[in-house]
Amino acid sequence: MINLTINGLAVSVEKGSTVLEAAQFLGFPIPTLCHHEGLTPYGACRLCVVEIGEGPGARLVSSCTYPVEEGLKVRTASERVVRARKMIIELLLASCPQSKVIQDLASAHGVRTQRFRQEYEDCILCGLCVRMCSEQMMAGAIGFRGRGTERSIGTPFDVQSDVCRFCGGCMHICPACQLRCTYNQPEKAICNACANLAPPCIEKEQYGDMMCYMNPCVACEIK
Amino acid sequence: MDTKGILDIIQHNGENQAGLIAILEEIQAEYSYLPEEALRLVAKETGRSLADVYGVATFYKAFSLKPKGRHCISVCLGTACHVRGAQKIVEEFSQELGIKPGETTSDNEVTLETVNCLGACALGPTVVADGHYFPHVSRNKVSDIVDAARNGLETLDGKTDGRVFPLQVSCPVCRQSLMDPDHHIDGHPSVTLDASFNGRKDRVHLSSLYGSRAPASGNGVPHNSVTRLHCPHCQSEIPSFSDCLECGSPMAALYIREGCTWEVCTRRGCQGHMLNLNQIDLLKNDEGK
Repeated sequence: MINLTINGLAVSVEKGSTVLEAAQFLGFPIPTLCHHEGLTPYGACRLCVVEIGEGPGARLVSSCTYPVEEGLKVRTASERVVRARKMIIELLLASCPQSKVIQDLASAHGVRTQRFRQEYEDCILCGLCVRMCSEQMMAGAIGFRGRGTERSIGTPFDVQSDVCRFCGGCMHICPACQLRCTYNQPEKAICNACANLAPPCIEKEQYGDMMCYMNPCVACEIK
Repeated sequence: MDTKGILDIIQHNGENQAGLIAILEEIQAEYSYLPEEALRLVAKETGRSLADVYGVATFYKAFSLKPKGRHCISVCLGTACHVRGAQKIVEEFSQELGIKPGETTSDNEVTLETVNCLGACALGPTVVADGHYFPHVSRNKVSDIVDAARNGLETLDGKTDGRVFPLQVSCPVCRQSLMDPDHHIDGHPSVTLDASFNGRKDRVHLSSLYGSRAPASGNGVPHNSVTRLHCPHCQSEIPSFSDCLECGSPMAALYIREGCTWEVCTRRGCQGHMLNLNQIDLLKNDEGK
């Protein structure tokens, strides 16, 4: 067992667990986006940021990838953490304002303004679908491609993958494009928020496969 | 595509995760790019998903998924070069070649690309053509660089480079000259030999420059195969006295003068060669046989 302090409370947790697991087990809420039980931590969204250490040596780390250490002092909701978290949410919201998951996060953390230009990206590169595909579905049909501003998720060579089984796991887990899944039944859409934002994803013809990683779109295939 | 060649590359790199980049590098060196079938084969053989292999191949700028031209011109767009007008140099190259950066001319000769820093900032704007650095490039030097690249910068100049010198060789058996004045390589008469491989015979030409890396001409012999070399005059096989230091294949000893031979590796594609100044008298040796 490892002894550490979370928000001033001395606790001891299993060796090998992460700070996020320890905090959630003990009931300290830490928001997450790219973290999912059953998938390896990836540390892409940085939403689970916490402050470790004290004084000038204190630093922000992503709790989902940080293993617990003996004597570690963790703060999950210090002023610095909250400020960083709000900024991260605001940036995520700018890149993908149509996502219900990110809208909920913004709402829950009091992000009321949007200072950045909205990009309407169909992907925030959180890697959930890639991990889902390779770790849970054992397919490895999609992966990251390129780097920097060119980075994207998709099948190799942009052709239909021969290992994809159309399980839809990637769409199920995607935080950015889940409205896409209900495109064929707009009345069942989670909140119809997409209809109030431009561009609305209901106009499928107009926006083509903007909301879709896969070609052809699995949602349309399933119907 | 040579499936067996790629399988060989995969095999001798081992099948662990760390070997992926090494495998891709070797394939890229062999084909100048990464063919789709090669990536599929690598994924299959190493047990990784194609998405993983494709991710690595697209992540690193050193890998290309498109075939590259015979000559590669890289224009540095690093900070130091950029502030000295490297963007203008790129535009000039684009205009001169009629292609955008990252593309290859339609005759598959020249590939133009931009790189982010060549580590030669003091020389900026820097251009590298086929491994040769051109410092302080201005717009009016662009067409000269393109011409130089198209004519081949690989050629060696025996006059200016002291490590490189031409040799005159003859057959160690019949002592007739092996020099071919009609076929020049590296600007010097080439060495002509008959290579036999699997019962087939082919005339090959080697550069007579000691130190040259120019590949031997003659397309009938497959890459990496060890050949038997014969004198084109007397048809006797060129004897071998030692093994190549680079690849271990037998080396053919070409006669220069008494006690002095030039040994060249008989494996096609291997550049191994050396001067042997302590060679026993070949003629006596042959008579003794």
